[in-house]
Amino acid sequence: MVKSKSAYSEPTKLEKEDFHNIVVWVDNEAGVLARVVGLFSGRGYNIESLAVAEIDKTKHLSRITIVTKGTPQVIQQIKLQLGKLIPVHKVADFSRNDPDILFRELALFKLTGTSVKLNKAKKLCQKYNSFVLDKTKKSFVIQVTALRREIDKLTLNLKPLGLISTSRTGAVAMTKGKEIFIQN
Amino acid sequence: MPKLFSGAEIVFKSLEDQNVEFIFGYPGGAVLPIYDELKNHKSIKHILARHEQGAGHAAEGYARSSGKPGILLVTSGPGATNAVTALTDAYMDSIPIVCISGQVPTHLIGTDAFQECDTTGITRPCTKHNWLVKDVNDLAGIMHKAFIIATTGRPGPVLIDIPKDIQFNKGIYEVKKNKSPYKLNKPKFNNINPKDISKFIEMMKNSSKPIFYTGGGVINSGPKASKLLRELVSLTGFPITSTLQGLGSYPGDDPQFLGMLGMHGTYEANNAMHDCDLMINIGARFDDRITGKIDEFSPKSKKIHIDIDPSSIGKNVNVDLAIISDVSELLDKLIIKFKDKNKNFINSNKQKTSKWWTQIDKWREKKSLNFINSTKTIKPQHAVQRLYELTKDQDTFITTEVGQHQMWAAQHYKFNKPNRWMTSGGLGTMGYGLPAAIGVQIAHPKKLVIDIAGEASILMNMQEMSTAVQYKLPIKIFILNNEYMGMVRQWQELLHDKNYSESYTEALPDFVKLAEAYGAVGIRAKTPDELDEKIKEMINSDKPVIFDCRVDKQENCYPMIPSGKPHNQMLLGPEDEKDVSDEGKTLV
Repeated sequence: MVKSKSAYSEPTKLEKEDFHNIVVWVDNEAGVLARVVGLFSGRGYNIESLAVAEIDKTKHLSRITIVTKGTPQVIQQIKLQLGKLIPVHKVADFSRNDPDILFRELALFKLTGTSVKLNKAKKLCQKYNSFVLDKTKKSFVIQVTALRREIDKLTLNLKPLGLISTSRTGAVAMTKGKEIFIQN
Repeated sequence: MPKLFSGAEIVFKSLEDQNVEFIFGYPGGAVLPIYDELKNHKSIKHILARHEQGAGHAAEGYARSSGKPGILLVTSGPGATNAVTALTDAYMDSIPIVCISGQVPTHLIGTDAFQECDTTGITRPCTKHNWLVKDVNDLAGIMHKAFIIATTGRPGPVLIDIPKDIQFNKGIYEVKKNKSPYKLNKPKFNNINPKDISKFIEMMKNSSKPIFYTGGGVINSGPKASKLLRELVSLTGFPITSTLQGLGSYPGDDPQFLGMLGMHGTYEANNAMHDCDLMINIGARFDDRITGKIDEFSPKSKKIHIDIDPSSIGKNVNVDLAIISDVSELLDKLIIKFKDKNKNFINSNKQKTSKWWTQIDKWREKKSLNFINSTKTIKPQHAVQRLYELTKDQDTFITTEVGQHQMWAAQHYKFNKPNRWMTSGGLGTMGYGLPAAIGVQIAHPKKLVIDIAGEASILMNMQEMSTAVQYKLPIKIFILNNEYMGMVRQWQELLHDKNYSESYTEALPDFVKLAEAYGAVGIRAKTPDELDEKIKEMINSDKPVIFDCRVDKQENCYPMIPSGKPHNQMLLGPEDEKDVSDEGKTLV
């Protein structure tokens, strides 16, 4: 392909990208999720997963957890740009490798097949706090909670055992110990 | 029972409480209740533009020249979408604008009603914040919060979208006082660590090749910031350069001033930026038109960055000392501490920086802004220089459009005061200058306001001449007419093998007759001999003037850093053109 002459400028040397869980506390008002997500798409940041729900009914606070991938400079920009949004109260950046942070994601799997395969599948799920939520002779729905990458792997392993439907919540995160995250 | 007001009344009560004097706008179906209420508020004058984009740029010109927020009032749908360019322009250049837009009645939202659009959705990425008002009782709070957000921290535009039924509905007008200031630009700005000030001073003392690099943040911080900057520069004896937006914060004719830097900056400013050992960035943002090739940007320097916006720090360039602060706030503290500990610094430090100044003088000898003048055709640089010489003795406000003429104006017109220079730098909006001049003239009715324009840009918002005539605003439109989109033509000549694709305008209006058609004055100059006399005629006119200055069609804007090159590889004139590498040609 001929190199475009209208290129704006050339990207310079790139640093290594890493996964981060960005946690954002926001006022639960109309359009707030669009502001956060629009900032990511508008500035070309990645969203690997997104989990959001109101966490305080009286203060109308929501907590958004976004798993993103970027160079240290991009992650820094994400935090600072989010911090500028008016409904944002605080922004935390939990690195995937931080031992003081807990990460969890919940997944529902539906499998169909012979009882041999289904039993095998059930066993695979067992070490991830699994619960069978629904069961028929030829199928079941099972719930697991685990790390994102564990669920990624589990999904692959369940495929040949009759996995026909998957639903995942996206990761959420919380600090260990008695401390909570405080914006400095 | 508190007294109830209609939504339209609440809008005006809020504007009155915010001491608003002027609204720039254009009526339409969904804002009629607000327009209906206008007659009851004599302290607020509405300026009727001819296009919502024009109204928006006029509000910007008003804001930039007065330091007060500009107010924009538009209708739903096309009214709002036409305002988007102006809002984006204000967002990029940090100009405080409060835009009020009408919206279809609440019950019709989402039904693709006549003149409906998702205004808050469309303007979300080009405003600091926006609101769709769903309850008239929220309106007063939102109006006042909008002013706070627009004017504090890094200023910018905000938008309030008010459905027509909310404009009619009755509600309370209550302004909550004694509330802690709204949290902005977290972490807290102006919370300057004294250690950072000490480090700042230490870095200045250790430097033998320092330079100040200042930007629009100094202007936005108010006239006090410019005063403090002048004091600091004279206390230190350091050289100073400015971005396009920062022009005027430091006197353009002062010997310590190296001129503008960046893509069309001076040879001495760019080389000093490249070779310095200490760069002190005050209120600028390391924009790509400033840095050139980022890998080779000022490789040997320590860098200090002062910015009110935390996200500006480390966005493009990593720095050694970053302080998140308003410029005046910081300079005030810095100067007090600096003066206290370093009496007579300028003399004791003279020897340390003498080699640096010698080097700078060598670069200066290149006289990079020079051009070959002509007795037959008017050179555009000559025209700007004459305009400067003939207007410098009065307090003159300059706006520009976007292109070659804008760069020539920045290079050859010397500003001595802040808020005298209004140009679209971030977004680069052609058609900005004429409506902006209207806003400036509204804010400064007795002053000389000139839009230095190109013939292509001016046609983009030409309709606003009608506004200038209606309000008897004697703005002067000084068109450097070369019949080309000059900057496009220049890039095509240098980088696209002289393929002048669509950059020549084959049919242009007769600007003199056009001026007369609008009820303004038209003047034309074709030769250098008549230029001065015609410029004087323009200045002395008490009416709006369109000045058609016919200039050399092939003139290029130099000096220039070709894209993909660092600061120390500039093109100074036509003789350097052959040096553009194939690699450079692919970059813009």
